[in-house]
Amino acid sequence: MTDQRGSEIIGFRAPAPGSQPSNDTPAYGSTRKRHPLHRPLAFAHTVTETTGPRFSPAQFPATADISMVKGHAAMGERIIVSGRITDEDGRPVPHTMVEIWQANAAGRYHHPRDQHDAPLDPHFTGTGRVFTDAEGFYRFTTIKPGAYPWRNHHNAWRPNHIHFSYFGPGFATRLITQMYFPGDPLLALDPVFHAVPDAGARERLIARFDLDTTQPEWALGYRFDVVLRGRDATPMEG
Amino acid sequence: MSIATAAQTIGPYWHLLDDPALADLTRFGATGERIELVGTVRDGDGELVTDGCIELWQPSPAADDVFPGFGRCATDAHGRFRFITLKPGPVPGRGNTLQAPHLAINILARGILTRLYTRAYFEGEPLNAADPLLGLIEDPARRATLIARPVGLATWQMDIRLQGNDETVFIEV
Repeated sequence: MTDQRGSEIIGFRAPAPGSQPSNDTPAYGSTRKRHPLHRPLAFAHTVTETTGPRFSPAQFPATADISMVKGHAAMGERIIVSGRITDEDGRPVPHTMVEIWQANAAGRYHHPRDQHDAPLDPHFTGTGRVFTDAEGFYRFTTIKPGAYPWRNHHNAWRPNHIHFSYFGPGFATRLITQMYFPGDPLLALDPVFHAVPDAGARERLIARFDLDTTQPEWALGYRFDVVLRGRDATPMEG
Repeated sequence: MSIATAAQTIGPYWHLLDDPALADLTRFGATGERIELVGTVRDGDGELVTDGCIELWQPSPAADDVFPGFGRCATDAHGRFRFITLKPGPVPGRGNTLQAPHLAINILARGILTRLYTRAYFEGEPLNAADPLLGLIEDPARRATLIARPVGLATWQMDIRLQGNDETVFIEV
């Protein structure tokens, strides 16, 4: 395997300027004591960063419909989220694990630390896992999450969002992000969303309503495509 | 050409994903030199980070059906994480270099928008002296933040400081 031969390592591309959030984002209060003050050490990717974990559905069973528990439907608006995962060169990322978690329709997480005064739903745990197919497509059914207050500043509310976790081919391609919903007025006020400097990069975190994903007489569909880092064009010598 | 999707924080409720079993990389029966990696995560005020997600990846020994090479562990009420894994061996670096045995570490948490990445090396390992990454860190005190020290027969400790005087060396990834 090329990756195992140090002299021929092909690393992953550096982030495009403005496309990633800075950990030093004062408007998001929790960053203040949690962002490093030193610049990260520049170091070209090696086999440690270009390889990464593989997950099999046998060990990590998929849960493509989290809109019900034991046959009981969760409260709220049922939705289908689908999309495609590609790299920066447009190549599909096949058979990769996608993890999701979210609040329920009332804006409450099934989590002991969430004390928001909104009802829990016994038929919604808000966590799931799917795998992309050979062409990089994934799809799951859930409930549209509610907005919730979060005390970052006066009258702060997180926009509706679903958390996503992706792995891709290497540890360098690991990505944790959040998917937002189109037309949400809270997006304009959210410091987590606005931590991404580039407006286009922010827009790409917003799913779009998709009639093709929408299932008649059943659920609205949203499309959320995700791009993981691509390989550097040319191998770098040590 | 497309541009990679932006990261967002893992937030305080990521435990909905958590499966404590993932912190034991030997759970499928892998054999080899079994070690523990433990540590405490603190913020810029020295306060414990009790809602963090620590991820581990190691290219050695090579992942297979019984050794996933990947682990995930929540920091507990004392800011601590604990992995059980196999001691890695050296792996190739760029050019004709050799990298000393190490583990790759991601730190994700509320207040961290883009994952922080670092490595854990092992104190007393002769190859550390020639490791291409450790060699880039001139200040010995800074270099020491990446070196786990033995605290038991097979237990290694590497604490993580997100910000401050003894801030961990994080690596561009």
